[in-house]
Amino acid sequence: MLTTLSRKMLLCLTGLFLGFFLIIHLLGNLQLFLPVEEARLQFNWYSHFLSGNALIKMVSYVLYLSIIVHVIDALIITSKNRKAAKPYQKDHRGRASKWYSRNMGVLGTLILIFLVIHFQNFWYVYKFGTLPVDSNGNKDLYQLVVTTFQEWWYVVIYVLSMVALCYHLIHGVHSALRTLGVFHPKYVRWIKVVGAVYAIMVCAGFAMMPIYIFITTG
Amino acid sequence: MNLDAKIPEGSLEQKWENFKKTAKLVNPANRKKLEVIVVGTGLAGSSIAASLAEMGYQVKAFCFQDSPRRAHSVAAQGGVNAAKNYKNDGDSVYRMFVDTLKGGDFRAREANVYRMAECSLNLIDQAVAQGVPFGREYGGYLNNRSFGGVQVSRTFYARGQTGQQLLLGAYQALMRQVGKGAVKLYSRHEMLDLVLIDGKARGIIVRNLDTGVLERHAGHAVILATGGYGKIYYLSTLAMGCNGSAIWRAHKKGALMASPSWIQIHPTSLPQSGDYQSKLTLMSESLRNDGRIWVPLKTDETRNPNDIPENERDYYLERRYPAFGNLAPRDISSRAAKERIDAGFGIGPLKNAVYLDFAKAIKEQGRSKIEEKYGNLFDMYRKITGFDAYEEPMMISPSAHFSMGGLWVDYELMTTVPGLFALGEANFADHGANRLGANSLLQASVDGYFIAPYTVANYLSGDIHTGKIDDQHPEFDKAQAAVEANLKKLLAIGGNKTVDYYHKTLGKILYDYCGLARNEAGLKGAIVEIRKLREDFYKNVKIPGDSIAMNSELEKAGRVSDYLEIGELMCFDALSRNESCGAHFREEYQTAEGEAMRNDAEFQFISAWEWAGAGADPVLHKEELTFEVLKPIVRSYK
Amino acid sequence: MKLNLKVWRQKDRESQGKLVDYVLEDLNPHMSFLEMLDTLNERLILAGDEPVEFDHDCREGICGQCGMMINGIAHGPLQNTTTCQLHLRSFTNNETIFIEPFRSQAFPIKRDLRVDRSAFDRIISSGGFVSTNTGQAPDAHALPISHQVTEAAFDSAACIGCGACVATCKNSSAALFTSAKINHLVLLPQGKEERQERVIRMVEQMDAEEFGHCSNTEACEVECPQGISVLNIARMNYEYNRALTRRK
Repeated sequence: MLTTLSRKMLLCLTGLFLGFFLIIHLLGNLQLFLPVEEARLQFNWYSHFLSGNALIKMVSYVLYLSIIVHVIDALIITSKNRKAAKPYQKDHRGRASKWYSRNMGVLGTLILIFLVIHFQNFWYVYKFGTLPVDSNGNKDLYQLVVTTFQEWWYVVIYVLSMVALCYHLIHGVHSALRTLGVFHPKYVRWIKVVGAVYAIMVCAGFAMMPIYIFITTG
Repeated sequence: MNLDAKIPEGSLEQKWENFKKTAKLVNPANRKKLEVIVVGTGLAGSSIAASLAEMGYQVKAFCFQDSPRRAHSVAAQGGVNAAKNYKNDGDSVYRMFVDTLKGGDFRAREANVYRMAECSLNLIDQAVAQGVPFGREYGGYLNNRSFGGVQVSRTFYARGQTGQQLLLGAYQALMRQVGKGAVKLYSRHEMLDLVLIDGKARGIIVRNLDTGVLERHAGHAVILATGGYGKIYYLSTLAMGCNGSAIWRAHKKGALMASPSWIQIHPTSLPQSGDYQSKLTLMSESLRNDGRIWVPLKTDETRNPNDIPENERDYYLERRYPAFGNLAPRDISSRAAKERIDAGFGIGPLKNAVYLDFAKAIKEQGRSKIEEKYGNLFDMYRKITGFDAYEEPMMISPSAHFSMGGLWVDYELMTTVPGLFALGEANFADHGANRLGANSLLQASVDGYFIAPYTVANYLSGDIHTGKIDDQHPEFDKAQAAVEANLKKLLAIGGNKTVDYYHKTLGKILYDYCGLARNEAGLKGAIVEIRKLREDFYKNVKIPGDSIAMNSELEKAGRVSDYLEIGELMCFDALSRNESCGAHFREEYQTAEGEAMRNDAEFQFISAWEWAGAGADPVLHKEELTFEVLKPIVRSYK
Repeated sequence: MKLNLKVWRQKDRESQGKLVDYVLEDLNPHMSFLEMLDTLNERLILAGDEPVEFDHDCREGICGQCGMMINGIAHGPLQNTTTCQLHLRSFTNNETIFIEPFRSQAFPIKRDLRVDRSAFDRIISSGGFVSTNTGQAPDAHALPISHQVTEAAFDSAACIGCGACVATCKNSSAALFTSAKINHLVLLPQGKEERQERVIRMVEQMDAEEFGHCSNTEACEVECPQGISVLNIARMNYEYNRALTRRK
């Protein structure tokens, strides 16, 4: 039986790993901002490379596992918290904290729904669907990206999801470092800033992609 | 009755050593067969309960609060005295003994006072070992501040929350034993009677305040560490639940009450602002280290204090007592304040307060230094009054605070009932007629950690063959039946006035006639008034609900019914003492300058009162005080 | 001034409670909040009703016994203030005030506004102490402790155990309370000897009492009467992780 602190530690470690993955994912996807033809070849080669590499495959399994553990752990924690807390007739407790820190579960659920859409959009089609190939013979994932983001409502879904992700990360990174036990007042202040900068950069970076593609190729 | 204080042989310095050397011991194997009941979990109660459990005795600890940590020791602010002489300012055990005895106006036992000063050294060590975060200097060594009535710095402090930190130390020691199963803890249980078997204290009847159910608890000895009864004045610095019921019910079972009228009126509390008020918050005496007390020179002053120029202010303590100034002892400071207020110089909307001014200290030391020393007190002041004391002087006034009187105990802290001990503020022992600041935390701790563990063991050594005390003994039946009858009686009155009405009325009578100043006519009148009030109480008090459930009005009614008797005894006590000493100031006995006039020839004794039954006048017994080392002198702080 | 009160009334632990309306007029704005309740009770008693049971004792903000939810905020609208230190001047004339007990699975309601916070006592008894017996102490100056460390330890030790942190936490977590004691003791050299056992036992007891998880929303620090810092919680996590990795 895990203690409350250990459960939070599990949430923290899986969350940090997922957060770290986002940086890699973002860096890779920056290729989408290259000039169209260069971007297509480069991006498709990159996708091909990722899907073929054994090490990457291993990491991807850890990634899937992290997502699953993060979600299940969060569900357990939430249900236990629900049992521990009792409702008030008049509740104004929210004045003392940020709404996103109180609603990590809601934000997380939005992100999970987004993930399903995101996987269905790209991962599923890439893995199990039929895609044309580019001039290098790699599956033309780039075209799929472009086609998807020419739909305005996909762009909206993606951008909004990135907003949710951003808030989830602002609190998540900060909270994770608390769980790890960073208690020095000076460093804590810095980490809070670094965490927020990271969350905003990553999410803004991702959100720029559908917008950029929608504008440049639409 | 022969009141034998059982002072050990030897010179003053040797008495406690001699006691410890010759005190009887209980073998560790026998200790677990002996049960001790401790009522009250403040500093004295928690520390004795923890200490006895550590030694191997079976302990049951009771408190009326919902946790031992809430006992009113928690509220002591300023500090705790110890003659460590870390400041190299000439302090010593002997000097602390002199200060305390003199501060108490030579109305305490030399041997007890010396022992308290002696044990003060160990207390600081003990508290530090428990993790009490006393204030320290940058070099890492403990810091001290000075307090009223002394000329050295011997007060150890943890910001303005020294009592809280010391209590938490004792509470944690207690909870450690609770965790081990060595102490059984009964929170929200109030003692309603003492059970005597063959003349010895063998148990108590308690009421579970959450359910209303009465319970019996038997033990080989009963220790009362139930604090003071200053709340009898209603408006006081004490917690709402503080009461004198445990000691009073023990008194009615044969324990003598000593000097009940010696109640300290603290000079620096916040003034009353209206009829609805339920308590007067204390502002630590430590504030007088840096604050200057004054009133305007004009009676009808309407200007803002900061607009009153220096030459129109009367720094009356500095004027009257130049040697001690604002650090004059509490009784003297309070009386000087009352003198100014009564003369019409009081300030504030009700003209019932004096100023405590920090402007000079802030100018000299800087705001940050003052903030570090008293920050939490200034915050508290702002929260309660809405004023910022960094910008304008505080308004303070005297308020009932500490009862020097209490159950009479001998050198071993045992009352006149064998097996019944009283520790801390519940006993009368060490402060004489006036307690010096920062000595109450000290006395409570020293009684619990260092004295009672020896003396209780000494008593228990006679009980190793007694066997378990049976709580089905007829004496328990009798006591429980009496308690039940009393509760029923209170509930059956069904009158038209609340318990608080009686408490407030009694408090007013006592403030007026048995407070800072007393006189014969007033006291005689007060006794009549209190008797009338008590009669009225039993006719017209209204207590809703019933006894087999949580019923805070019933709890209050029980306490107030005792107060109505204690108040009367206080007046008898004050009336019988035709002298002024310490907190007891009889207007008939004062010098031309208004200073107290003690009468050593006739009143160098402790008054110990015996309960003579309901309605009868109490019986006075005297314990003569002898001073072998320090000859009584007139107390002068000029 | 006039106030419209909605007060939680509940007969005992098992009963269903409900909000009951009371109107109080002619109140003095300098009255404390508890004195306002005294006034209400006096009225109820004289009218033959049972008074509202509420926890209180010292009424100077240090014993930690008082505590209620006032308009959905632990200890009411002022931050870092106990209920007893709250005065009616913090409210407006004719305001409606909801008064409820602190609610948590670990704090069962005993009656009306009184709750059972003995879970806190059990957390302390599981390890919130230095294992030293009376009489074992060396001289207080044998071990210098820096001013900074002492002050930091005091900041944590200042906790009054009122339970506002739990009441205000959306998860009813007792992390602030537990961590404050762990920190107070681990900061001081005397408390370092048993730091591992202490943190593990106290955390396990905290869980056994069915308090929730800390989500680091930091609301507890805002409402804490003593302003106990949430960094205590971070330090508790550190101590716990450290203890787990070093446990044999």
